[in-house]
Amino acid sequence: MIDGLLIGSVYGLAAMGLSLIWGVMDVINLTHGAVIALGMFGMYILFAAFPVNAYLLLLPVIAAGLLLGLVIYWIAVHWVIGRSQLSSLLSTFAVNMMIIGIGTAIWSTSPYNVNFTLRGFTVGAYTFDGNHLAAAGAAVIIGLALELFLYRTRPGKAIRAVADNREAAELMGISSTMVLALAFAIGIALAAASGALVSTLFPFTILSGAGYQMKSFVVTVLAGLGKPFGALVAGVLLGLLEGAVTPFIAVSWIPLIEFGLFVVVLVAFPKGIFTRATA
Amino acid sequence: MILRRPVFWLILVFAALMAFVPLRANNVSLREDLILVAIAIILASNLNLMIGYTGYVNFGHIVFYGLGGYIGLYLATVRNWNLVLAALASGLGVSLFALALGMGILRLRGAYFALATIGILVAVQSFVANFDPWGRSTGMYVAFDAYERLGGARHALWITYFLVIGVMALSMILSLGIKISKFGLGLFAIREDEDAALVLGVNTTVFKAIIYSVSAFLPAVAGALMFYKNGMIDPSIAFEFMLSLEGIVMLMLGGKGTVVGAALGAGLYEKLRSYLLTSPKFSNFQLVIAGGLLLLVVLFAPGGLIGWLYRLVPRARKVIE
Amino acid sequence: MTTLLEVSGVSKRFGGLQAVSDVSFSLGEREILGLIGPNGAGKTTLFNVVNGVYKADKGTVKFAGEDITNLPPNEVVHLGLARTHQIVKPLQDMTVLENVIVGACFGREYLALQPARKVALEVLERVGLAKSAEMSARSLTIAGKKRLEVARALAARPKLLLLDEVLAGLNPTEITYMIGIVRDIRDSGISVFMIEHVMQAIMSLSDRIVVLSFGQKLAEGQPEDVARDPQVIEAYLGDPDIAEKLKENN
Repeated sequence: MIDGLLIGSVYGLAAMGLSLIWGVMDVINLTHGAVIALGMFGMYILFAAFPVNAYLLLLPVIAAGLLLGLVIYWIAVHWVIGRSQLSSLLSTFAVNMMIIGIGTAIWSTSPYNVNFTLRGFTVGAYTFDGNHLAAAGAAVIIGLALELFLYRTRPGKAIRAVADNREAAELMGISSTMVLALAFAIGIALAAASGALVSTLFPFTILSGAGYQMKSFVVTVLAGLGKPFGALVAGVLLGLLEGAVTPFIAVSWIPLIEFGLFVVVLVAFPKGIFTRATA
Repeated sequence: MILRRPVFWLILVFAALMAFVPLRANNVSLREDLILVAIAIILASNLNLMIGYTGYVNFGHIVFYGLGGYIGLYLATVRNWNLVLAALASGLGVSLFALALGMGILRLRGAYFALATIGILVAVQSFVANFDPWGRSTGMYVAFDAYERLGGARHALWITYFLVIGVMALSMILSLGIKISKFGLGLFAIREDEDAALVLGVNTTVFKAIIYSVSAFLPAVAGALMFYKNGMIDPSIAFEFMLSLEGIVMLMLGGKGTVVGAALGAGLYEKLRSYLLTSPKFSNFQLVIAGGLLLLVVLFAPGGLIGWLYRLVPRARKVIE
Repeated sequence: MTTLLEVSGVSKRFGGLQAVSDVSFSLGEREILGLIGPNGAGKTTLFNVVNGVYKADKGTVKFAGEDITNLPPNEVVHLGLARTHQIVKPLQDMTVLENVIVGACFGREYLALQPARKVALEVLERVGLAKSAEMSARSLTIAGKKRLEVARALAARPKLLLLDEVLAGLNPTEITYMIGIVRDIRDSGISVFMIEHVMQAIMSLSDRIVVLSFGQKLAEGQPEDVARDPQVIEAYLGDPDIAEKLKENN
């Protein structure tokens, strides 16, 4: 259960990236899973090159993620922003295919591992795994940083303005292209960061991102769009739910249950469970 | 009405060629190549009904094919049914399944629907992999002597080939028929603006459910035929996500929303694919190239090859549809 | 005069906002009923409740004697109530003719393709779009798109037509033309319920007017009387002499 709570914050982090992009530009980023996987491998490569505290390596991963986000934005998103949601769906999906394809060519589908362990501690009957704690801590810190960024800095406010009403924002002199690119880049960086964190917890393959993508979607619809911090909370809830359910059900059923949850929530609460309907 | 459309006759000629050329030449390897093309055309054409006509992207389209394969193979071997009946029954069964599913997930719009279809594919695959009567993750085999019913293995291969060509022709004719019908007009309205369509009197809920169900029928029949012919089925080959994706690439490449586009895209992509698979340099890059193609099409030529043709020669719209 | 549309005590709330509050009025055959009021008064919301896009929280809507309060929009059209949208919704990648055929196919008469085509061509002629029949809807000007919106609704052979700001965004010439179309529609036996901000037009077109403000009905009656109503002047018109001015201009 504790693990569930801790892992849940990483789910939340992953979902934050998805939710931000979705909320700001109404684009469903189907490269999400592939980027998470890249984050995993990114951490692997960095750790192999620089055997320091893996959690410090999070920073270069985030930086790389921002760059990657800008690239993906220019390739797949910028040209289809005005068009139907379907176009961006297909274009991001196409990029997903390409990333997975290249990744498979480089790393095949074999499992990889980041062999870094932080010592945990035990309090009474509860064991706190060191890596889990660090991952959760990192997720929360990044989440808070995002909140601060969105609410206290100019670029952050610009992002929220564009999310609210793109035309009005442009009329006020905000370059929506740059803002969208920035928001997208941040979303990707968050996904990469979550992947990097996961890599310290479990073994992974190039295909592992898909499962986390599904979880991100579930969390995002639970929290409602464009509410990054809400995504963190919903992520924790999902983690707790998984923790509660795992002892009783075979692991292979979990993606199914999550998918079922996804559909049910979408059909029953189109705007997310935590949002109030507006006019 | 449909008989007046040149494309109708084009389809018949095309199917006839596909059927008789390998037969005449008694060329088995050509036949094996062409059956893959035919399956691709079946999948792309039926997918077109959802993506091209109605504007709903079905990422998990292959689930109908795989499920049809399972039901068909089960009925034909374990229950010893006549192959044609088994195939039809699987088509019907999968259509009904799609109808039930559709009532749930078709309420979701655009991207949500697309995501839900992926989930369905994953869900069905998981379920089948745990389903005892269908062999769980090992799947099922066709005992060799089952082909004796069709006059021996070699004969059976030709028979299934013709049946698949038949299903291919039906898929294209179905596409055409819907396109020129009032039902098709309603679908197009839904695609353009679902809210407007509703206000104009289109019963969007029912129309969507029907087309989703219909788009499942022929792929399921084809699945039954193909897996029977191949002699085996298991959850990983029945529900290959890659095939679903390729269906989308083929359709976008050829030109979604058109009858010919689906066939053109399928044919071209199959050729590309077989080249990639045999070439040592590119076999790993199948996914990358497919993704790259899809990206290029979506960004620069959303109407695909046929769409590009329409822009070059506007009058072609009337003849090649 | 027989009552065609009867709206009784309709209310609609969205979260914290009471968009429409206990609104009642009726509309008869061969009548043009105008609906005016400041922005945000709930006019379009009222339209949406009448044709089934929104479900009323309270109240009923009766059309030609039938209770249509909870009917979905596609069934409302089948009974003979068609509407246009404030922000036009053309079926972009279909031709003008195809757009109107959709209206005829799925409207009150639910025609087959061939007869629908005939009706569509007639309607296009009526609104002056016959020459653009084969153009894609996307390529029309805003005036053209507005006319297409009306044509599509007309093709459904309605008994009542809801027009939502059909004059917005048009230049004076286009407005005059559209006014002619609306009068023509009423004269052909179809009732019209229209939201408009172009005061001159709505005052001269309407047989009666309903005024909405903050979701409530402020006034109802003949255009001249409504224009003189002090509450209406304060809430919306601003100019107490507007009735006189409009009469002079006419």
